[in-house]
Amino acid sequence: MQRRTLLATASALIMALAAPALAQDEPLKVGFIYVGPVSDGGWTYQHDQGRLAVEAEFGDRVETTYLENVPEGVDAERALTQLALAGNDVIYATSFGYMDAVMNVAAKFPDIKFEHNTGYKRADNVGTYDGRFYEGRAVIGTIAGRMTETNKIGYIATFPIPEVIQGINSAYLHARKVNPDVEMRVVWAYTWYDPAKEADAANALLAEGVDVILQHTNSTAPLAQLQQAGKIGFGQAADMSSFAPTPRVSSVYNNWAAHYVNSVGRVLDGTWQPDGVWGGIGDGIVAIGDITDAVPAEVKAEAEALRDAIGSGEYHPFTGPLNKADGSVWLAEGEVAQDEDLQGMNFYVEGITAQLPQ
Amino acid sequence: MMIDPLSVFLLLLSAATPILFAALGELVAERAGVLNLGVEGMMITGALAGFAAAHGTGNPFLGFLVAAVAGAAISLLFSALTQLFLANQVASGLALTLFGLGLTAMFGKPFEGVKAPAMPTGPLRINWIVWLGLIMVPLIWWFLNRSRAGLILRGVGENHDAAHALGYDVRLTRVTAVAFGGAMAGVGGAYVSIASVLQWTEGMTAGAGWIALAIVVFSNWTAPGVLAGAWLFGGVTVLQLRLQAAGVQVPVQLLSMAPYLATIIVLVLISARQKFSRRAGGAAPGSLGQNFHALR
Repeated sequence: MQRRTLLATASALIMALAAPALAQDEPLKVGFIYVGPVSDGGWTYQHDQGRLAVEAEFGDRVETTYLENVPEGVDAERALTQLALAGNDVIYATSFGYMDAVMNVAAKFPDIKFEHNTGYKRADNVGTYDGRFYEGRAVIGTIAGRMTETNKIGYIATFPIPEVIQGINSAYLHARKVNPDVEMRVVWAYTWYDPAKEADAANALLAEGVDVILQHTNSTAPLAQLQQAGKIGFGQAADMSSFAPTPRVSSVYNNWAAHYVNSVGRVLDGTWQPDGVWGGIGDGIVAIGDITDAVPAEVKAEAEALRDAIGSGEYHPFTGPLNKADGSVWLAEGEVAQDEDLQGMNFYVEGITAQLPQ
Repeated sequence: MMIDPLSVFLLLLSAATPILFAALGELVAERAGVLNLGVEGMMITGALAGFAAAHGTGNPFLGFLVAAVAGAAISLLFSALTQLFLANQVASGLALTLFGLGLTAMFGKPFEGVKAPAMPTGPLRINWIVWLGLIMVPLIWWFLNRSRAGLILRGVGENHDAAHALGYDVRLTRVTAVAFGGAMAGVGGAYVSIASVLQWTEGMTAGAGWIALAIVVFSNWTAPGVLAGAWLFGGVTVLQLRLQAAGVQVPVQLLSMAPYLATIIVLVLISARQKFSRRAGGAAPGSLGQNFHALR
């Protein structure tokens, strides 16, 4: 008798589990994996703001979950599988290094939709979304070029991948445009988020005479060092306004909310496609934070004019004539870089003397 | 391109401080015959407790004090396991590391993204805690080699049965030495969160505890050796970033490898020297890693 009850319960459970995941009253389950903690005040924080925007927009129609501090690599595959098995209908993977894990897990769960942030691999159920961060770098590069007194600006880079190299090149080109004597010093931290390493990198740059630091890493540790040294830097990924007005004189931050709301909406009404979204200042995905009073008014006006010119599409940050670091011609006079070229960028522009790690 | 050696040295001092504290503490524990692999766990505990106290009170020095107490307190867990219940030291130490990392990840959540109070600099614009670390080197050397208590501690570490037969309290000596090691590791960890990074993040000591353990072996169980080892590791870390910042074209991977290569070379030289000398087993304490039971 007991055994029969058990069997009946078990079969009822299996029935319940086997019921279509998208029944009318069931909320759409949306999963996120984050590379850092939500409280990082940077990259992951902004993604989580996007998640909250989805909840605010759709209310009871969605149910969101997230896994934070998921390392890139093998562990990501485990975390993604966990989210897939938990019944999520759409999963957002929010770091470049999750790319292969996303592709592997997506192949095993063809009914689940995946979107990978900053990657370039797509499949029938895998889309990508990314920001044109180089547009923001052009603006803060301009401010950096105007503000430096030692004519040395530093850049804390993460990994030598196209997204990061675009940022270095764009920042350097626009700093040089307003200050022909400017030099760019790059330190590769080989991490997206490691406050200790980021602080060491900032100190190495400061000791080298750098007085303005741009960072691609996502913690506020470099700004804390800049505050101590009395030099300036920029918020990265999030506004980092707790360090304003100095050392944070402006920021490039990512606004994923619009994309997440749009994407989840399309899943809900059945029009989702595995697209490759690459949005910039004009689309609102990349935003420039408030430029503080530490920056002179005319520099602020110049930076804002550049921001608006890029946003309206009137100006492209990579417009020829531009040469590569080895002296060969990249873009002819007036020529604008193609997206495919940018997405495979693996060279410094002329003027940056350091060697690009391979 | 020239790199100013003085500025490299100043950065080196700072980078070496966390591992210097942790390794000096572990040196004392190992000299008493206890192998505590929980250095990383004690460091991260100190990093969080110290940061929380510094943030809460606004006084960074109070933070270091709390970090020392917290490091010593969590080391008592290891002492209870190994000295009271005679559990295996290697397993208990690994457990302490995992426990410390997990515990701090849980309790550290409210402190993420919070700023540390400003740390006043000491003489020559060098942090007071860096000075404290440098002063600890001769103090510990003197304690181990010239003081009576130090001789008893080394006696316990060399041969616990003989020390016990002479009437020394092996267990008390070891618990005290391990607690001292915990306090030092706690201060080292707090240096990372309070003085160098100025914020708290999960797992922020990032393996410094393991480097400290390696440095104790590298030092051949001497305090000046620990200083040399800490400076070597710290120096290579700093130099690697400085060379990049200066735009010098060097393969980064080669430099990252250098401290580990140096450790291997030193270990080979030490064992080669021992081969031709009378003393077998090198400078490692005779009873290192062995549990002591008075009834045996």
